[in-house]
Amino acid sequence: MTVASALEMALAAVVLGVATWTIAARETFAAVVGFVTYGLLLALIWVRLDAVDVALVEAAIGGGLGGVLLLGAAARLRVTETPTATERPSATVRVGAALLSAAVAAALATGVILLPDPAPTLAPAAAANATATGLGNPVTNVLMAFRAMDTMLEKVVLLLALVGVWSLAPDRLWGGHPGPRHRADPLGTLAFLARLLPPVGIVVGIYVFWTGKDHPGGAFQGGTILAAMWLLVMMAGIADAPQVSSRRLRIVLIAGPGIFLAVGLAGFAIGSAFLAYPVAYAKPLILGIEVAMTLTIAATLGLLLAGAPERSAGQ
Amino acid sequence: MSVAVDIITIVAITAGAFFFLAGTVGLLRFPDTLTRLHALTKADNLGLGLVVLGLVPQAGSLRGGLKLLCVWALALLAGAMVSQLIAREASGQRGDPAMRHDGPPP
Amino acid sequence: MSAAIVFGLCGAAVAGLGLYGLIADPRPLRKIVAFNLLGSGVFMVFGVVARRGAASGFGGDPVPQALVITGVVVAFSATALAVALLLRLFQVTGSATLNTEAPAGTGTDPADA
Repeated sequence: MTVASALEMALAAVVLGVATWTIAARETFAAVVGFVTYGLLLALIWVRLDAVDVALVEAAIGGGLGGVLLLGAAARLRVTETPTATERPSATVRVGAALLSAAVAAALATGVILLPDPAPTLAPAAAANATATGLGNPVTNVLMAFRAMDTMLEKVVLLLALVGVWSLAPDRLWGGHPGPRHRADPLGTLAFLARLLPPVGIVVGIYVFWTGKDHPGGAFQGGTILAAMWLLVMMAGIADAPQVSSRRLRIVLIAGPGIFLAVGLAGFAIGSAFLAYPVAYAKPLILGIEVAMTLTIAATLGLLLAGAPERSAGQ
Repeated sequence: MSVAVDIITIVAITAGAFFFLAGTVGLLRFPDTLTRLHALTKADNLGLGLVVLGLVPQAGSLRGGLKLLCVWALALLAGAMVSQLIAREASGQRGDPAMRHDGPPP
Repeated sequence: MSAAIVFGLCGAAVAGLGLYGLIADPRPLRKIVAFNLLGSGVFMVFGVVARRGAASGFGGDPVPQALVITGVVVAFSATALAVALLLRLFQVTGSATLNTEAPAGTGTDPADA
């Protein structure tokens, strides 16, 4: 057994242990902390799988924003913890669930072991067509050019999820500010961090987006960092969450998918099909879409975490 | 020359790993939030600092080395701030009893 | 046994754990966390498929990697929507149970009152 494979087995064992803790922990708060740890360790697995782009997304979402979302919800639902936990399903259901889960895991494991050899791959096709876009990061090429339709629809899904969250507001609060107003000590630690960190974080976010054209990174990873900076400022009480009826905000929210769709439709006229970029302009077009997408992703993620409107305008 | 650099790297990263190990043991074994924080910050600041110190000579370029140092600086900043916030919560200034319990819930 | 296979088996086990938590835990927030575990286990298996497709100088097949990135984003937006629904349920009923036979909560919405 080499050192590398021992490292991988240890990593897999720790990840599995943390996942078990996440399911088995008695308190939801502890389970969510376990989930955040799991997300960060999972990012290491993605690095070992040579998927650094995915590792960045996993660390940003599983370890970062997902943790904030779930910790916030766990704190607000703490009072329901004990009464709901007593509604455990009967032993029959639990044994059945365990058997079903074991069967599903075993089927997946069998599938993993019996994967065909040599493995089918689209990597040569992605490499052969990389010159058409002029971008060096194959994952960005797939996301923005070869399977651009997926990415565009993913942005629409994000937007629909936000519309869904907003529509949970009571009628009279529609168009108000999302979430509770955070009133933090203006001279406190959090407010200090929220003034110190965002300038650095914004530079890092833009760097991660920009480097994504040739190296691991990209619009989603960069946008997530920007969203985190915005959330920090909101949670420290330095700036309030904007009213969801704000027109400027809504323009930012639809800019990404809107420009993507416009370029896609223009593909009929200047390219050969929907979302076909003319080769000479592929790189600037892709980067233009990505700039808009980064802003949209940052705004959408920030507002998804802020939640449904809970205060009317000006409150 | 490169052997000397490698030795520096090995020594620094081993020392860093030791601090992480000690910090983790402390995090698991110490009795209350404040002493656990004490253990955690040692692992974060010194452990990560030594690991970064060991990696910088291996970075291959000035840019890579500076990026590593930035990572350390940001982790130091975040660690110091978060420890402050948790300590304040634990010492009861915000009065959240759930943060103060010293063992598993009943 | 190659590294990719180890992580593939780990992913399969995590997916099983997530499925169990999704069914067996009565607390909705725990179901949401378990559902995320289930999803990430499946993504891990998919990542193994990507790793095995390494060719042409790439460390992995970029197509499954890109699909996993899209999947993580979609899973996150679904999670955010589920959490918002749960918080609204709590706001309206004062409890966070999915058990329809449980005595109804206060039944008043402080926000709508």
